[in-house]
Formats: sequence, C-alpha cells, structure tokens
Amino acid sequence: MKIAVPRGALFRETLDLLDSLGIDTSEVRSNDRKLVFPDVGIVTMRPSDVPTYVEHGAADIGITGKDVLLEQTGREVYELLDLRYGYCRMVVAEREGTNAMEESLRRLGAVRLATKYPRIAARHFADTGRQVEIVEVKGSVEIAPLTGLVDGIVDLTATGTTLAENHLVEREQICECTARLIANPVAHKLKAAEIDELIERIRGVVA
Amino acid sequence: MIHPIPPGTRDVLPDEMRELRQLTETLRARFEGAGYGEISTPTMEYEDVLRRGDERAAGAGYRLFDEHGQVLVLRPDMTIPIARVVATRYQDEEPPFRLCYFGNAFREVDRRSGQAHEFLQTGIELIGMPEPQGDAEVVALAIEALSDAGLTRHRLGLGDGSLYRTLLAELEVPEEERMPLLEALSRRDLVDVAIGVDRLGLASSASDLLTRLPTLRGGPEVLELGKDEPVAPAVENLRACYELLAERGVADRVIFDLGLVRELGYYTGAVFEVYDPAVGFALGGGGRYDDLVGRFGRELPACGLALDVQRVHVALTAEEREA
Repeated sequence: MKIAVPRGALFRETLDLLDSLGIDTSEVRSNDRKLVFPDVGIVTMRPSDVPTYVEHGAADIGITGKDVLLEQTGREVYELLDLRYGYCRMVVAEREGTNAMEESLRRLGAVRLATKYPRIAARHFADTGRQVEIVEVKGSVEIAPLTGLVDGIVDLTATGTTLAENHLVEREQICECTARLIANPVAHKLKAAEIDELIERIRGVVA
Repeated sequence: MIHPIPPGTRDVLPDEMRELRQLTETLRARFEGAGYGEISTPTMEYEDVLRRGDERAAGAGYRLFDEHGQVLVLRPDMTIPIARVVATRYQDEEPPFRLCYFGNAFREVDRRSGQAHEFLQTGIELIGMPEPQGDAEVVALAIEALSDAGLTRHRLGLGDGSLYRTLLAELEVPEEERMPLLEALSRRDLVDVAIGVDRLGLASSASDLLTRLPTLRGGPEVLELGKDEPVAPAVENLRACYELLAERGVADRVIFDLGLVRELGYYTGAVFEVYDPAVGFALGGGGRYDDLVGRFGRELPACGLALDVQRVHVALTAEEREA
C-alpha cells in the first residue's frame, strides 16, 4: 500500500504513528531531501498535495489536516478516521486595539480579508451573512493586516503565538482541525482488507 | 501562436483514435451480440426534459439558448435521454428493451481535478426487466465486455442506493437528521457520519450498525453480515444477483459494497461501480432506476451501466505496460 505522508506541522507525529504501526520510518526521518521511499511505501509531500495524490490513486491512503480537506471540498476521497493529533483552530483575527472588520463592513459594505484558505473564509462569511473581499496570499498571512492590505485574516492557529507576536487578536473561531486519514475510493474497494486492518490498528493506537 | 480549446476537452490524434476505435468496436460487438442494439440521441436536450428525469441531472454542465429562448443542455449522461426515447418511441412494443450507446457526454467538474468535461461514454440500458435478473444481466455483460477489451484485473462494486436511507427510516431516525447523514455518506466523509450518528444518541447496536454498514464491502460474506438487519430486502436482492452472476461465471469479479452511493438522484435499487487497480477513479457506474422511464410516460423497471471509454483505455494501456 502506498501512503502519502504530509511534511510540515503533521510530519513528526505522522511518522510516530507509522512507527507504532510497525512501519519503519527511520530512513524517512534521516533523509530530508528524499521524497519517495518505495521500500516502506511512503511518499512525502506538502499537506495540501495529499488529497491530490490520493484522489488520483497515486497513493492509496494519505494523512492530511482537516483544514486542507475543508479547503479542497469536492475531492473524491474517503475520509476514514480522525487521528486526533495536530489539533489547531481556523480563526478570524485582526489587529489588536482596532475593530477594522466591523467598521469596514458597516461603512464600506464588505470586510477585506487575507487568507491561504479562500474557500473556508468565503463559506464562513457567507454562512454568517456578511460580504467579504478575499485576498489570497501564499505565505505569512499575519503581515497582511499590518501593512494595510486587509482588515483581518483567516488562518490556522495552534497556540496563538504567531498571532500575538504580530499584534493580532482572535475574533471568531471557524472550526477545529485535526489530522485525518483519507483513502482513494478505488483502493478503498480493491484493498478493503488491508485498509480495514490498518484502520483497526490505528484505532488501537490513537483511541 | 496558441489557439486554445475549452478546459476539459481534447483533440484526439490518429494513434490514440485507432486504439479508442478498436476498444469501442470490441465493446460494441459484445453488446450487439447480447442483443443490445446501438442507438444515438441528440447531443443537446431541453433542460426541462432532463429535469423531468432528475431534478439534479441538469444542475451541472453546459447550457445554451435556442432561437426561441429555450434552455438547452449538453447531455450530462445518456440514461435520461434513453428513458425519454423508450417512453416515447416504444409506446406499444413488448419489453424488455436492450440498448447500447457510444457518445460524448458533458459535465462541469472542478478544474483542479484534471478530469474531462467532455468525455466519450459507452453504456448499456436494460429497460423492462426487474431486479434481480436485470441487474445481474447488466453487471455480467459489463464485466464480460471489459474482459473482451483486454482487462484482466477489473472488478465491479455492487451495492444498493437506497440501503442507507432505508436503514435510517427503519431505525426511526428523525427526518431532519437523515439528510445530513446521507450527504456525509455521499461525500465519503465517514468521520462526519460517525459524529452525526453519535449525536443521535441511539442504542449502541443501532449506532454501531449505522457506522459499520457503509464500511461493509468484500465477497458474498458481506451479505451474511447484512441479512438479519432491517435492510434485509435489499440484501436479499444482492444475494439473488450473486447467484445469477455465479451461474454466469463472473461472481468472483464482484465486490459487494453496502456503503456504495452514486451521485445521481434517479437510482432506486442496485448501484454499480467499475474499478481497475491502474486507475484511481471508477471506470464507470450505473444502477437500477425503476421510476425514471415512468416519468416520461411508460412505467417500466430498468437498469443500466455506463463506462468512461478513455479511462478504460488508460487501464488497458497500464496493463500492457506492466505485462
């Protein structure tokens, strides 16, 4: 079975999980440049690429954050298990001591937001009946309100440290996110026994 | 200078076309040999007509206006047009009707996914034959046609599209709670299904059944697990299918899948999906749609199955490469 493993924030805990299932990840840990490890069936990649590889069947199963899955709705993958680690929250934040978002909404008709998660942000503001202008950025969202690009941000926070360092305060929580196990729909049928066995073993470890 | 073509469409050059033609000729020979005459219907249909078949069928895809301002839709599949043809053109003939088709269908899909918006579809429709005989005949013919084409590893998932809905009703889950669960299931989000089921506060045996049933898939032993549950009639039909398929010698290609759901809204019973290990998406699918032809004026039980020819071609190529 081919497993798509996310590099980044979920990387260590994912490898710990695989270790506890008896999959040897020592080569993966010791080799930062290499991305494909055919001996143990592991492919490593950015978390946001995991659904792509799994949807197309280039990996049978994969692990990624719920934030990624919420942003990429409509992917044809099975979401099989909440792995419980990698807990973080999707929040709306703005500069401390201001209420730029509320004021923009009242006087200008829409909130201006920067985010790496345009779909999650758009859905949240639509659901709460507010107009929004979304500016999609690829990195360091926190600086967007400080430079006057936007009124606020929608971003993922684990501890709140990055927000605080940039003098941003959380105003709303959109959702909570943890790591999820996903599977390709065809693999889910053709490799049913292997996948079910893996799920049982993971349940034994994370429960 | 680049002259673009619309996203999700493609040009087919002679090398590929020759192989596609050979593939479709093989499939056509098997379908015709089994009594499935080929038909062709318009590429465009009136939106109203498609909506009569399935409220959601005309929801996606390409629309245009004709010279009278009527809304036309590029056909998203061939099943509704064929239901229309049978109900209008075969009003007095004796059923069953066996039909096959080869034609392009059009769907709006997420651009990121790299899937085709226009794709060559082939399929069979068996109209006027009830379950389980009709289901088994269509399933067996699809499996045999793909074997003829040269696939050796293909499998067919067989489930029942109304199974989960029936189960929710039998367990007396409140109406307003059913839709979110069915939607989570059709998104394949089993984590959300489990959360939703948990929230219902049912007895543990009922909760367990609601979370476990969508994951039951495999050989005929799966049907043993489902036979005492409130979904017994559907499971009984699947068992009857299994016996008919065993007689035809194709039962080992079938994966019984009690969690199988199909997007389209007109399925009333068995649902099918075709898999090959070389392709990450289903090669095709179908099911039983006993109410559909009746919506066009002639009550007839029916079922059918469609294949994405290009995906079958990908599977064949992969198999040749690995050989």
